[in-house]
Amino acid sequence: MLKVLASPRGGGLLVLIVLIALLPLGFQNNFHYDVAIRVGFNAIVVVGLNLLIGYAGQISLGHAGFLALGAYASAILTGSHDWPPVLAMLTGAVGVGLLAFVVARPVLRLKGHYLAMATLGMGMIIAIVLNTESQLTGGPDGMSVWVSFGVAGLEANTPRQWYWLVGALLVVWVWLALNLIDSPFGRALKAVHGSEVAAEVVGVDTTSVKVTVFVVSAVVASLVGSLSAHYISFISPQEASFFHSIELVIMAVLGGMASIYGSLVGAAILTVLPQVLTAFEDFEHLVFGLVMMAVMIFMPKGIVPSLGLWLAGRARRPGGEAAP
Amino acid sequence: MRRRLMRALGMIALALGMVIVGRGPLYAADGSIRIGSFLAVTGPASFLGDPELKTLQMYIELINTDGGVNGRQLELIHYDSQANPKNAVGFVKRLIDQDEVDIIIGGSASGETLAVMPLVDKAEVPFISLAGSIKIIDPVQKWVFKTPHTDRMACQKIFEHMQGEGIQRIGMISGTGGFGKSMQGQCQEVAGDYGIEILADETYGPKDTDMTAQLTKIKGTEGIQAVLNPGFGQGPAIVTKNFRQLGFEVPMYQSHGVASKKYIELAGEAAEGVRLPAAALLVADKLPDTDRQKPVVVAYKQAFEDRHGAGSVSTFGGHAYDALFMAVEAMQRCQCSDAAGVRDELEKTAGFMGTAGEVTMSPEDHLGLGLSAFRMLEVKGGDWALLD
Repeated sequence: MLKVLASPRGGGLLVLIVLIALLPLGFQNNFHYDVAIRVGFNAIVVVGLNLLIGYAGQISLGHAGFLALGAYASAILTGSHDWPPVLAMLTGAVGVGLLAFVVARPVLRLKGHYLAMATLGMGMIIAIVLNTESQLTGGPDGMSVWVSFGVAGLEANTPRQWYWLVGALLVVWVWLALNLIDSPFGRALKAVHGSEVAAEVVGVDTTSVKVTVFVVSAVVASLVGSLSAHYISFISPQEASFFHSIELVIMAVLGGMASIYGSLVGAAILTVLPQVLTAFEDFEHLVFGLVMMAVMIFMPKGIVPSLGLWLAGRARRPGGEAAP
Repeated sequence: MRRRLMRALGMIALALGMVIVGRGPLYAADGSIRIGSFLAVTGPASFLGDPELKTLQMYIELINTDGGVNGRQLELIHYDSQANPKNAVGFVKRLIDQDEVDIIIGGSASGETLAVMPLVDKAEVPFISLAGSIKIIDPVQKWVFKTPHTDRMACQKIFEHMQGEGIQRIGMISGTGGFGKSMQGQCQEVAGDYGIEILADETYGPKDTDMTAQLTKIKGTEGIQAVLNPGFGQGPAIVTKNFRQLGFEVPMYQSHGVASKKYIELAGEAAEGVRLPAAALLVADKLPDTDRQKPVVVAYKQAFEDRHGAGSVSTFGGHAYDALFMAVEAMQRCQCSDAAGVRDELEKTAGFMGTAGEVTMSPEDHLGLGLSAFRMLEVKGGDWALLD
């Protein structure tokens, strides 16, 4: 483990672990924990989504649908059927995985706008079903989730417990994702992104690669959906809304496509910023828009990759002198 | 190395973000009574949250210039939930844990109100909701109150009127949005109490642009004496237009969801003769002078329109008015602002005259409104007219 952390790949992970461990020192109340937990949830989803969007170059505007399905699976199975939370969560994830698999094959044959449209449509269908099947889902008003999340007698009830749970999951998932993109599978993903034809020529099964990463990101969204349903104790069909999907994509793009740490930064900024901007009252949305525009204009590759390039550029020109 | 540095930088940005949020209570304790609020000021339900916020801001300012409550100033801390329950939960945690408010007035929509109820219950903070659903007060929760009439009451008022008109068999066409769906269910439940039979029960999506098909089906149903349309937003206006286009000869009943001038504007001529239950505020000037509610609604209407322009008043802002003054009067009665004291006093509210009607609360009733809160109106000559 120590060796892993000392490696270049692990360096960032070490920073992440230290950060998660030290952040609570600055927390003054449960609200701070709450914001941190939400950042964690979003970060996990966005890392998964970034594998699909940033690395494999496939867009999805329907991931909030998967997230909501996971959330509702947990809410309904633990609420009305007394299932243990973990079993409900895994059942939801398997269901979402199957759905994503079935949908992925035809959908991922589409490219560009068509793929965006298809995933968008799928997300909307999920939202409509959740809205209208009110006997099951509570309809537009949503439903409460009364059961606490727990495994083998250990329950997460307080914000502090949730913080450590989400923090640990985030670290594990980032570690897995870093390894994934550095594996033959990760290189296949990037090859698909670069050129599907070229990837096929060198023997990459492009369909299977795309389907796998789509299913993985959907399952991760579903798991987070289940956890957040237990954490927030309430879910509504707005979880599946188009805007939520867009929000997740924005997090990935803002932080940086094809950057795991970018996903974390994007999720953190988009979760924290609205809380900070409440100080601007009526100008909140204006300032929010300005920040987004500024980032996209000055850092078109996203925050983390752009900063990385900038730092690399500076290092090449020590003392700020122009390179020969 | 460089890559590691860049990653570290990213993490620092994240940490900084947390620190900025974590500046501690933004509002220093200075002896003021803190009223927390989360409203759908922007987003799909902004027509609710916007007048609610304006009302709270205006009256808190007025109360403060008059010397505040119990000699203390009021301070409003509000967040924009965009009617998203998840946002609302976050903001209520912030109101409770960080801003340490004395009371919460808010929740423009039912979903966000229901979502935060377990939180306020656990934190033991009095909470007056501005949302419609009956689920908010039935069953009664110790710390949760609400000011707007419920969908069930609207159904009852409509059916009461139908009963008076000798109508027994109706067709219903409901929106599938939160409002329409909830009211559809409530109407189905209470219809029997008034001897009313729902022969046709159709629905339409919130964004549908033509309801001719559903209405044709209702028209073809034998023995329909009236059509009821629980719905919200532009849907009911389209239903009304289609209803006229199809040449129905039975009366149309709308819900209180369309009780705004916007509906008459959207539906135009087709709205003539449509009946609906609405709060007295809508017909403030037309109320007889003997009406005990008249001074309250006329004063509110005047104050709001003086500041925000003629015709800007809506019943939704009125819900916020009622909540604020109910809270203020409770605080004055008990000369306190502590959570338990205010809650107990709120529960003892009796004979409070608000824009929604006369409120008398009890431990079993955290709404306290009677059916008389609603007036039956009819659209006549592009304006509202009192029916009873």
